[in-house]
Amino acid sequence: MHIVVCVKQVPDTKIIKINPKTNTLDRRSAPAILNPYDAHAVQEAVKIKNKTGGTISVLSMGPPQAVAVIKKSVEIGADQGFLISDRAFAGADTLATSYALSKALEKISKDKPIDLVICGKHAIDGDTGQVGPGIARRLDIPPITNVIEVSEVNKEEKYVHIKRKQINGYEVIQSQLPCLLTVEKEINDIEYAPLPNMINAARYEPIIWSVNDLEDVDKTQLGLKGSPTIVGKMFSPPKLEGGKRLEGTADEQVGQLMEVLLERKDLLKLKTANS
Amino acid sequence: MEENQGVWVFIEVNEGEIEGVSLELLGAGRKLADKLEVPLSGVMLGEGIMPLANEVIYAGADQVYVVDHPVLKNYRTESFMKGVCTLAEKYKPEIFLYGATPNGKDLASAVATDLSTGLTADTTMLDVDVDKRLLEASRPAFGGNIMATILCKKHRPQMATVRPKVMKALEADRSRKGVIIEEELELREEDMRTKVLKIVKDVTKKASLSEAHVIVAGGKGLGDIQGFQLIHELAEVIGASVGGTRDVVEAGWLKHEQQVGQTGETVTPKIYFAIGISGAIQHVEGMKNSELIIAINKDPNAPIFDVATYGIVGDALEIVPKLIHQFKELSKEKGGEMSYA
Repeated sequence: MHIVVCVKQVPDTKIIKINPKTNTLDRRSAPAILNPYDAHAVQEAVKIKNKTGGTISVLSMGPPQAVAVIKKSVEIGADQGFLISDRAFAGADTLATSYALSKALEKISKDKPIDLVICGKHAIDGDTGQVGPGIARRLDIPPITNVIEVSEVNKEEKYVHIKRKQINGYEVIQSQLPCLLTVEKEINDIEYAPLPNMINAARYEPIIWSVNDLEDVDKTQLGLKGSPTIVGKMFSPPKLEGGKRLEGTADEQVGQLMEVLLERKDLLKLKTANS
Repeated sequence: MEENQGVWVFIEVNEGEIEGVSLELLGAGRKLADKLEVPLSGVMLGEGIMPLANEVIYAGADQVYVVDHPVLKNYRTESFMKGVCTLAEKYKPEIFLYGATPNGKDLASAVATDLSTGLTADTTMLDVDVDKRLLEASRPAFGGNIMATILCKKHRPQMATVRPKVMKALEADRSRKGVIIEEELELREEDMRTKVLKIVKDVTKKASLSEAHVIVAGGKGLGDIQGFQLIHELAEVIGASVGGTRDVVEAGWLKHEQQVGQTGETVTPKIYFAIGISGAIQHVEGMKNSELIIAINKDPNAPIFDVATYGIVGDALEIVPKLIHQFKELSKEKGGEMSYA
């Protein structure tokens, strides 16, 4: 079983700051981390490998410092990692990103055919969730998004059973292998890395490819040039005027609030002991 | 590119019913189509869905493309994207909108790749530049700290997924007339690589948040998981559901499915309590359409007060216990339990 997990280095959006004058991102304000959903994707690959055996590769696209997220993935349990890094990839939107990653996956599969690709549901900086299905289309394998459980992997008969989250509830899908999964956080808990993994990770040096290392690449489909979408403008959302502030001491405020709440009698129900 | 014309909305059908977000998009799409002076079309795929076609017209469409086929019984990326791509290549719309549901996002991502066009995710504002015929799809960016307007200048159709419960559906007009176009599609089950084995509905989950009439939601302002207990307590006393911010969920105080916001649930309850929540855009996007919003926060400048109907500047740890006490007293007075059930 050869599982490839696509991972992304992202700024920790919980702490990131926006420059209010230019409306641009102050990337220095936030540490770069392994996208949390991708950590779960790597963890799921480890869980599958523990049952089926095989190899876990990770693939990332980004600047040279993105090797950090590959090393982090090795710490979780990946065996090897690839980073595609080149100015030609810069400024890519989801369409150009899925193109570049699919070209790298084609190269990886030439060496060792891929049985399963796993991605996080989305990256916390872009929040789109579009790259995973995009890769699947380009490789012509079925995408299964919003995965909450991999319940069966049959590598002999080449199929998987997957629980996929739906609007209210879930569905169970059978898919042929190879296929591509995008995983939700609830799929697993990230386990503490065993010491040997940490040592491996510290020593590990990912394979880095530039655009010229990839084959049959149409460069017009890469980076900014290959991206149909652009950011037109950034703005703070329209300020709403806000409502009424309740004044006074805490008790007075609570008193006023109770009045407001009791006005919604249509919603309030009285359950008495004998009703 | 000039040949591309018209606004399309993907109509998602689950269990014989049109998803709410599809009707909302017909409402939003109607405005865009009127500005551009082009027809608004619905695109609906499934099995036995013909009887729903008129509802699409009633909700604002001029025409509906229907593909009714046994292979389309349940949503699968491979069959639906084949259908949608075939139609889009044949009729060439200029704008194509999808609900940002699991299926809508999955489908739109696959279709955008095959049509080699741009797709904006989780849009919350839609407009058009009529002269340039450009869709202006805006969404919270970078974890929801700021809004970004995304444009797709050179590729058609311009596509976007749109958050449920953000746009407004039109009142169904049963006198509206439109054209229903049935499309044939060659699909064979033996070509499919995936199968839906089972669909399991979780009724309780739905009732707990997106359908709740009253939600008590808490943020990091409650200090720690002990402080957050007050949220559960208040919710219990008044019979409300519990929600929280992304921070709270990531801190492990609350389950993922209880997260309200851009990357969590979008909710529109009658009453929404935002307690110890500063009001980051990411959160506000998920609750701003609630009917009555009550904010309690220490910081008088917290942006949550901009969306609140009533605001209390104060310490949640002091205010909330008093509120719980008041409700308990009230219940005693009435000789029973007062609650928002």
